[in-house]
Amino acid sequence: MTVGLGHYLGVSAILLVVGVFGIFLNRKNVIIILMSVELILLAVNLNLVAFSAALGDMVGQVFAMFVLTVAASEAAIGLAILVIYFRNRGSIEVEDVNLMKG
Amino acid sequence: MITTVAFYVFATIMLVSAALVVTSRNPVYSVLFLILAFFNAAGLFLLAGAEFLAMILVIVYVGAVAVLFLFVVMMLNVNFVQLSEGFQRYSRVGLVIGAVLFLELVFVLGGWTFAPGSQTLRLAPMPPDLHNTQALGQLIYTKYFLLFQTSGLILLVAMIGAIVLTLRGRVESRRQDISRQTSRNVAETLVSVTMPLGSGTKSIGIFRPLVSEPEAPPEKIHAPEAH
Repeated sequence: MTVGLGHYLGVSAILLVVGVFGIFLNRKNVIIILMSVELILLAVNLNLVAFSAALGDMVGQVFAMFVLTVAASEAAIGLAILVIYFRNRGSIEVEDVNLMKG
Repeated sequence: MITTVAFYVFATIMLVSAALVVTSRNPVYSVLFLILAFFNAAGLFLLAGAEFLAMILVIVYVGAVAVLFLFVVMMLNVNFVQLSEGFQRYSRVGLVIGAVLFLELVFVLGGWTFAPGSQTLRLAPMPPDLHNTQALGQLIYTKYFLLFQTSGLILLVAMIGAIVLTLRGRVESRRQDISRQTSRNVAETLVSVTMPLGSGTKSIGIFRPLVSEPEAPPEKIHAPEAH
């Protein structure tokens, strides 16, 4: 019972489903939604690293690093938008975000 | 054997803490469980042989992103009980969609194999005599140099964007204005005031140097406020 590619893929599939479930569960709370997006990206990274290890190909790890970069900048921008939204509205309910609907 | 045990321990803790991130009522606990999940994911990376990425994950996510989340959660004074209303209503939709997604992923994982010539299709086979960090560096700084620079540019844009978004010019903040400092003169700065006897002990607010209207405040000072 050695750990193979299938184990990693199963774990990352469950992690992705947990992240998607979190987006639906916390429809109002943007902070938790951002954390769920981070969990989903972590699942993607786990997939990339697992394939890289299974195939013996370094490119998977290179791409995992790029995904990490994009995830970090996305979190920073998302939280900055959250801060100014809270400053303007006094709440962070996502369901209120239809100001520009016209 | 020990690898298998470590894998299951890391995977179990990571999945449980990810579930707690999503379901926890208090966002501070959510952030702390997110940190735990990232630590265990770094353990999984280590088991897969990606040591550099594991360390980067700990540094970037635990050291920067999770602390950023923690700052924002603690800075915003949000009524989180009100935010977690509708938890039950949304959970059914989320469970249905999550189950569908999971079933699809199981189908994909069940009927999936490597292509026959996948070993020859590798872009950069792992060099056997190098560390993971060395191999990654040799790849990043040669073959994927432009992508690497672009990711640095993305980080720069994100940093500038976050600063531009959250910077605000406070009206009430007192900045140093050098041209105003050097152009002021005695006439509009100093006012000689004759105080009636005993009025100095009354509370009349703070007497500040006058800039715009030099005549107005003396009357204010002379009118003692009724206690």
